[in-house]
Amino acid sequence: MTRIVVVTSGKGGVGKTTTSASFSAGLAMRGHKTVVIDFDVGLRNLDLIMGCERRVVYDFVNVIQGEATLNQALIRDKQLENLYILPASQTRDKEALTMEGVEKTLNDLKEMGFEYIVCDSPAGIETGALMASYFADEAIVVTNPEVSSVRDSDRILGILSAKSHRAVSSQEPIKEYLLLTRYNPRRVSDGEMLSLQDIEDILRIKLIGVIPESESVLQASNQGIPAIHLRDSDVAAAYQDVVSRYLGEDKPLRFVDYEKPGLFKRLFGGK
Amino acid sequence: MSFLSFLLGSKKTSASVAKDRLQLILINERGGGRGPDYLPQLQKELVEVISRYVNINPDDIKVSLDRQDSLEVLEVKIEMPQQAESNA
Repeated sequence: MTRIVVVTSGKGGVGKTTTSASFSAGLAMRGHKTVVIDFDVGLRNLDLIMGCERRVVYDFVNVIQGEATLNQALIRDKQLENLYILPASQTRDKEALTMEGVEKTLNDLKEMGFEYIVCDSPAGIETGALMASYFADEAIVVTNPEVSSVRDSDRILGILSAKSHRAVSSQEPIKEYLLLTRYNPRRVSDGEMLSLQDIEDILRIKLIGVIPESESVLQASNQGIPAIHLRDSDVAAAYQDVVSRYLGEDKPLRFVDYEKPGLFKRLFGGK
Repeated sequence: MSFLSFLLGSKKTSASVAKDRLQLILINERGGGRGPDYLPQLQKELVEVISRYVNINPDDIKVSLDRQDSLEVLEVKIEMPQQAESNA
C-alpha cells in the first residue's frame, strides 16, 4: 500500500522543504522506497536542499506533458538508494500542473512500487498547493510558533477537510499531523513565544514532533544535505523522532524544555 | 521576568496575547467564513418579506455584520418610503 503524504503550511518560509527532504530521507533510511516530489513549479528548491540540482534534466511538468518518462525525470538520491526526487519545473508556471497529470503520475509511482510519496507543497492556497494536497492520505502541517503561521495552518486544515480528494469523495478524511518547527524553548519559557500546548489547543490536531530552532538547518542547506543527516545535531535527532512516530513508534518529545544555564556556563559561556 | 515586574504583579506575556488574538480571530474564520456569505441571501429574503407589506426599493435595505470585542452585531437598516409617497 502506497501512502501519499503532503507537507504543507500555507505560509512560506516555515520549513516545508527542509521537512520534506528530511522526512523522506528518514523513511528511506529505514528501508522504505520513497519518492519526494517538488510541487513548487516556477520556484523549484527541493533539488538544492537535497543537493541534486546539477543532475536535474527532466522535471515533473515534462512528465505530465509527455515530454519525458518518469524514469528519465526521477533522480536517485546520492546517499540513499531507496530515495528518489522528482524536481519541479523552474521555467513553467503553476498552470502547467493538471489534476489528471498529477493523478496519473502518482498512480504510475504507486505501480513502480514506491511505499511513500512525499509531496512538498508550495506556499499559498493556489493551484500548486491544491494539487500537492488533493490526493494526499496524510498531511504534515508545518507550523512556526508565530501568529501568522498558526493562522495560515488553520486555513490549510480547513482546505484539507473540505477540498481534498478524500473530502470530495467522502472517504475517510486525511490524517493530519502538526509539526512545530523553529521552536525556541528559552523564549517559550520567557513568555515570548507561543508554546506547543498553546498551538495544540488552537489547531487541535495530533502533534508529530517539535524541531528546535537551530543554526544547523542553514548549514545543512548550504551543503545540500537534508538536515536529518547532520551528526550530533538536535534537528537531526528531532527529525528522526518524527519519522519514528510517523511509523508508529512511541517516542517522547525532546528539545522542548528549557534548562537554565548554570553558574559555570554563565560565567564561561559556551554554545 | 525581572524581580521588579514580579513585585508589581505579572503583566501578560506577549505569547499569551498572541494566543488570545489567535483564538478570537480563528473562531470567526472557521466554517468557511460564514459571516459575509449569507448576507446577500438574507438581504434578498428580507426585501421579499417586507415588500409584501410595504412598497420598498431593494436598495433601501442595508444588512451588515459588525464585531465588537467578542460580540457579533447584525445590523439591518430599512429605509421606509415617506408617508406622503405611500399615500399618493
